[in-house]
Amino acid sequence: MYDIKALYEAKSVAHASELLLQHPEAKIIAGGSDVLIQMREGKLAGATLVSIYGLDELRGITMEEDGTIRIGSLTSFSHITKNPIIQQHVNVLGEAVDMVGGPQIRNIGTIGGNTCNGVTSADSGSTLVAYDAIVELTGAEGKRLVPIREFYIKAGKVDLRPGEIETAILIKKESYEGYKGHYIKYAMRNAMDIATCGCSANVKLSEDKKTILDARLAYGVAGPVPMRAPSAEAAAKGKPVSEETVNAFAKAALADINPRTSWRATKEFRLHLAEELARRALKEAIRQSGGDM
Amino acid sequence: MHEVQYKLVRCTINGRAVEKMIDVRASLTDMLRNDYSLNSVKKGCEVGECGACNVLIDGECFNSCIYLAIWADGKNIRTLEGLLGPNGELSDIQQAFVDEAAVQCGFCTPGFIMTAVEILESGKEYTRDELRKLLSGHLCRCTGYENILNAVEKTMKKRLGKA
Repeated sequence: MYDIKALYEAKSVAHASELLLQHPEAKIIAGGSDVLIQMREGKLAGATLVSIYGLDELRGITMEEDGTIRIGSLTSFSHITKNPIIQQHVNVLGEAVDMVGGPQIRNIGTIGGNTCNGVTSADSGSTLVAYDAIVELTGAEGKRLVPIREFYIKAGKVDLRPGEIETAILIKKESYEGYKGHYIKYAMRNAMDIATCGCSANVKLSEDKKTILDARLAYGVAGPVPMRAPSAEAAAKGKPVSEETVNAFAKAALADINPRTSWRATKEFRLHLAEELARRALKEAIRQSGGDM
Repeated sequence: MHEVQYKLVRCTINGRAVEKMIDVRASLTDMLRNDYSLNSVKKGCEVGECGACNVLIDGECFNSCIYLAIWADGKNIRTLEGLLGPNGELSDIQQAFVDEAAVQCGFCTPGFIMTAVEILESGKEYTRDELRKLLSGHLCRCTGYENILNAVEKTMKKRLGKA
């Protein structure tokens, strides 16, 4: 038995908003792989819950007319990895969420929960930030679209207003077309672990595969929330595909990040990881784009 | 004390349609063990790390300890008990665990076997490394992982007619 004070099941998105406004103290529960554990730990003991898990309309991935990829917020990690639209256009996202926890966790965990918990180590976070994803929030007053970089406010805090739930993650065509990416999760174990540092890089190469037209880099656990590394991106943009560019890119990333020492790893180790992972991730992204690396 | 909330949960468990009023605070592990006496579903860590409570819901594996019982409404749930034949015969994967000595204390076994069922029913052939990853959501504190992998791999090959 869980120490739940009261539980309300939303029957629709509008109903979820209504319930959340009626019970402002309530926590939203999607897949529950964070909420129920925190309840067990005592942190959320005695909480009131609004369950949105039953809202099947928030599951699934579709391609909109303008080429925007729409990922329903309750889509599980395993369904994202298996989805053909993701595999074809943002394969790196499917690979990243395939590193969350273990198989059973990937069947229950949702992309909405992974973003709304505001955790820097979320395996989807860095890739979504690297792809300029947009968070769709729905509340009593309608829909609101927020770029994911603005959605993250601080550790554990996201721009979710009273009565709102996240209903989708959107990735625009210009954000993914022509890009190939790679995500590296550095953790102590290969499964059932949380990232010590996560790094997601992607590139768009020129037609002859000799020049980097655009490069994007984002980290998890390099600061309080998933973050981009603009100095690294500037160091690679327009530069030739070469070891030198990759090294400059990785070095420049250090100017953008601010990891801390925690029981998992020291700041120094995370800085070391950030540089090395950026180098490896960019190289692999270049390789996948057909570049010679 | 606040009032206890109940919800009618109708679902299919091991092929049988059932329904019961369930306390909304119950995990699916609580429901399967306490209301349906399905004791193959083990209470291990109860925070979704060990996989001892793993069951199939609509064909996918879930740790039932971190799945609210009320979410099971309308779902098709399978536990280890459902693998037995009409006269209590063991299924091929259960027999393989016996043959390969993949059972030591046995606590992790039902969870492992239900993940193996999802793997086997996909009809795909996996490499040993892929099987490792697919089974990585389970902990065996007797550390008998090699034999467990052998049992799953051999059953997979048998079912695919490759052994």
